[in-house]
Amino acid sequence: MTDHVVVVGGGTGGTVLANDLAERLEPELAAGDVRVTIVTDDPDHVYKPVWLYVPFGQREPADGRRPLTELVDDRVDVRIDRVTGIDTDAQRLESRDGVAPSEYDYLALATGSTLAPDEIPGLAEGGHDFYSESGSETLREELLSFTEGHLVLSVVGTPHMCPAAPLEFVFMADDWFRKRGLREDVDITYTYPIQRVHGNPHIAEWARPRMDDRDIAVETFFNAESVDPDGQTMATMEGDELDYDLLVAIPPHRGIDLIEEAGLGDRGWVDVDKETLEAEAAENVYALGDTADTGVPNAGSVAHYQAGVVGQRLASELRGRPATATYDGKTLCFIETGMDAASFVEFDYEHPPSPAPPSQKIHWAKLAYNESYWLTARGLL
Amino acid sequence: MTETNLDATATVDARGAACPGPLMDLIGKIRDVESGDVVRLLSDNEQSLTDVREWTEEAGNDLLEVEEADDHYEFYVEKA
Ligand SMILES: Cc1cc2nc3c(=O)[nH]c(=O)nc-3n(C[C@H](O)[C@H](O)[C@H](O)COP(=O)(O)OP(=O)(O)OC[C@H]3O[C@@H](n4cnc5c(N)ncnc54)[C@H](O)[C@@H]3O)c2cc1C
Repeated sequence: MTDHVVVVGGGTGGTVLANDLAERLEPELAAGDVRVTIVTDDPDHVYKPVWLYVPFGQREPADGRRPLTELVDDRVDVRIDRVTGIDTDAQRLESRDGVAPSEYDYLALATGSTLAPDEIPGLAEGGHDFYSESGSETLREELLSFTEGHLVLSVVGTPHMCPAAPLEFVFMADDWFRKRGLREDVDITYTYPIQRVHGNPHIAEWARPRMDDRDIAVETFFNAESVDPDGQTMATMEGDELDYDLLVAIPPHRGIDLIEEAGLGDRGWVDVDKETLEAEAAENVYALGDTADTGVPNAGSVAHYQAGVVGQRLASELRGRPATATYDGKTLCFIETGMDAASFVEFDYEHPPSPAPPSQKIHWAKLAYNESYWLTARGLL
Repeated sequence: MTETNLDATATVDARGAACPGPLMDLIGKIRDVESGDVVRLLSDNEQSLTDVREWTEEAGNDLLEVEEADDHYEFYVEKA
């Protein structure tokens, strides 16, 4: 009998996992004892970190796209289709085009985050974002013609992808407007849901004095409830109001609906064991990357490390051995602190982050990583 | 074990959540529920004791009760 592993999602987590399995299960794949299929709804693999640079004219969205088939090992079957339903009891899948397999023995969900700006009245009309390809392109047009006024970066969604990116955006904007001689005419405000500027106290402590030094105004305990696109104001759950001329928001995030429909977790996030990454509500189902509700940041580095853990566990299970690999919460993030300097943090469930002093070298390391990312996706790095 | 008789509409289990942290999870859930609903937050982070109280006051929600369980706290917050 052939065991069939189906990976859903061709982003960072799913692609790294599919390649990991191809490598790890080489003998079983060759003998036909195991099949690995990856199902994704976009023929391109999309590398989202590129979008941070698009509004500043430093990257094109196309730099973050490559055909998935170029990145995935030939031993993996690639199916372009959208999964529309999961029956975890019968171990069956439904799909939009019927191209995806209809059955699985093991399922790995790596369906990522989706944006839900509509949850905040007025946000889609009044706000911009750099968290989507189209958003980053529209924002580029706005930023290039923005020469004076109040730029507000508001973190609305919790949780959201890449917790460092909102900080990076205001640090980069500050530097970008300074270098262009416009900073005196542009006020920058950063708003955050809780009482500090970042969820992690260590990163918040590090960032706050830097924001003060650079004249980036901060509003904390700020949770947008609605946006008035005509009046250009935001109203918050805390009863405050803030005027803006250009609003850049981190919109609310969700996973995909079918996860909730399958009873795997709320808002599209899969309830998992934080160490084994097994779904709490079903057998033979794993989740990794943004959609796995582990409490660690929604970051590509996390998806990458988790793919290694799920790959090892699946290989053990397929070979009839106890699975022992566990995820330790490891997270790694670069944090741009301007247009040519960056910091870096690394942490896990047990060890808090301690940001490295910003330097040009770390900035280059981030840019170099963004280039070599394609090797990560292919499982080579 | 906890002794409260409060009925929660929704529970957020943020135990073990280091970053972005339990308060962020609570705020996300409060957004989802209706006014008058009670959200139960489970957190093993000491910081939540001050964080949650400060935010609920700021946002005008009611912190109805804080229960101490064996290895975590349970916060009951009613949405205003
Ligand atoms: C602006 C920005 C900057 C970032 N910068 C960084 C950074 O510097 N470092 C870092 O570590 N992380 C960064 N991130 C976060 C990182 O991009 C994500 O955390 C990462 O992509 C998560 O990987 P994933 O595999 O979980 O999901 P994704 O990469 O989003 O992939 C999900 C895939 O699933 C597919 N899919 C979804 N639903 C279905 C379905 N029903 N059927 C079939 N296919 C489906 C999608 O098409 C997609 O291919 C950044 C994110 C943004 C937005």
